[in-house]
Amino acid sequence: MEAVDPVIFRLAIFVLAVFVGYYVVWSVTPALHTPLMAVTNAISSVIIVGALLAATATAGGGGEAAAAAAGEGGGAGFSRLLGFIAIILASVNIFGGFLVTQRMLAMYKKKER
Amino acid sequence: MSANLAALLYLGSGILFIMALRGLSSPETARQGNFFGMAGMAIAIVTTLLAVNLDFLSIVLIIGGVAIGGVAGAVIAKRIPMTAMPQLVAAFHSLVGLAAVLVAAAALYAPEAFHIAGPLGNLKTLSLLELALGTAIGAITFSGSVIAFAKLNGNMSGAPILLPARHLINIGLGVFIVIMIAFLMASGGDAKLAFWLITITAFIVGVTLIIPIGGADMPVVVSMLNSYSGWAAAALGFTLENTALLVTGALVGSSGAILSYIMCKGMNRSFISVILGGFGETGDAAADAGPQGTAKQGSAEDAAFVMKNAGKVIIVPGYGMAVAQAQHALKEMADILKEEGVDVAYAIHPVAGRMPGHMNVLLAEAQVPYDEVFELEDINSDFSNADVAFVIGANDVTNPAAEDDPSSPIYGMPVLQVWKARTVFFVKRSLGSGYAGVENPLFFRDNTMMLLGDAKKMAESIVKSLE
Repeated sequence: MEAVDPVIFRLAIFVLAVFVGYYVVWSVTPALHTPLMAVTNAISSVIIVGALLAATATAGGGGEAAAAAAGEGGGAGFSRLLGFIAIILASVNIFGGFLVTQRMLAMYKKKER
Repeated sequence: MSANLAALLYLGSGILFIMALRGLSSPETARQGNFFGMAGMAIAIVTTLLAVNLDFLSIVLIIGGVAIGGVAGAVIAKRIPMTAMPQLVAAFHSLVGLAAVLVAAAALYAPEAFHIAGPLGNLKTLSLLELALGTAIGAITFSGSVIAFAKLNGNMSGAPILLPARHLINIGLGVFIVIMIAFLMASGGDAKLAFWLITITAFIVGVTLIIPIGGADMPVVVSMLNSYSGWAAAALGFTLENTALLVTGALVGSSGAILSYIMCKGMNRSFISVILGGFGETGDAAADAGPQGTAKQGSAEDAAFVMKNAGKVIIVPGYGMAVAQAQHALKEMADILKEEGVDVAYAIHPVAGRMPGHMNVLLAEAQVPYDEVFELEDINSDFSNADVAFVIGANDVTNPAAEDDPSSPIYGMPVLQVWKARTVFFVKRSLGSGYAGVENPLFFRDNTMMLLGDAKKMAESIVKSLE
């Protein structure tokens, strides 16, 4: 049998994470559904990882052949621009999302007895 | 840093994100959960920065980008009023969607930066599929969220906008996207135009998908877009071969899907029927045909007198409370009643308001203890023991027709059985019908008293009468 393509491992991680998400989210109390949306928003901004890679693209990053095949030659510069904008957008979400979640959660208080 | 170590750290940050959501199972652990989320994000960012080659320009771009975005995000988070939370969440979704589009484009133009280029600098066919899906879902999330924001924020009417042959248009656009994805994959990534056509078409789909959906269906839409932003992130997680992104995308995707399901169940409607839109378009006709009767009107003094002498009062808030920002006045009223020895509880319908958990956040903002606030299943049987059901700004979620009139458009929807209480007070601006033009027969019952007026002013005058 030939070796398993690494894509299959990623697919496995993904599918298992969907199941984990399913059970974890069902256990979230309905009173906290709004903070849940805010915090999922914040964590989905981990897409900033891709934005950081884009912002650090260099023309010769993958060797001469790669740079040439990337086409216009301006690929790296364009990638940096896209990365920069994506970093801004994702940062708004990361800071905004976590802070607004924190602000909301701070309001949930128990009865004083 | 070695690639293996980086992969393990990304896994760690994925686990911290799981713990962040796990914390939300109770308000006591939720704050700690939020810190886990922040830690996971910090680990993911630092790991990436240690793995890339930083030159001067990229350092400037990164620090500049984080500073601009971070300050903007922090200021928004601090200043936003709690009543604006639904539109804020919609706006945040749109940013995730757009970021996904930009990252997908960057991966297409500079694959070597993402370590996904083949020996000739070409992208693998599978990578092309992943980033095409990432940009398509991201673009739908972006434009759909912009429309949802405009509807929630009042920049746009909440009424459904129905294009002629809208289902055909959507199907046509969808087919076009699929063809372009196939074209992009066949070209080995050289057909940059196909990529942009996918993106632009998906932007249009986001608009045509959301405009026919009415304001009261927004809880489903916001949850659905939440889910989409997750799937877009997951698609790019495959492209970038990044575990943190994969796990997060899966978590967020399933979270939004579950919330959509809960909201649909709360309205007894199928997800498909909500997405197809147009609910309530025949509202006017239904309202005219509805049974008219005479409703008893009461004053704030009447309500104050009855509630002061009650043993148990259950408050049912709805979107009207959010619009009038009546939660603080309501809390004041409840406090006085409690001092008088009245047992006060709050009953929340799953689709009350414009997003999941909307009412809970507003009550928490007014410092209502969360253990006085109950979900539908937990409190519905208590209405028969209650002396007063105080409905403020809600309508359809209390409509008995949902239980006993099979011809009603909302038949089968779970409702709060407020009519079982000895007296029902309805704080409402008018006797008008609710969403979808459904008449509420409760208004005309003997034990119902209508308190017509703005929710906040009414709550304030009741407070005055109680004092």
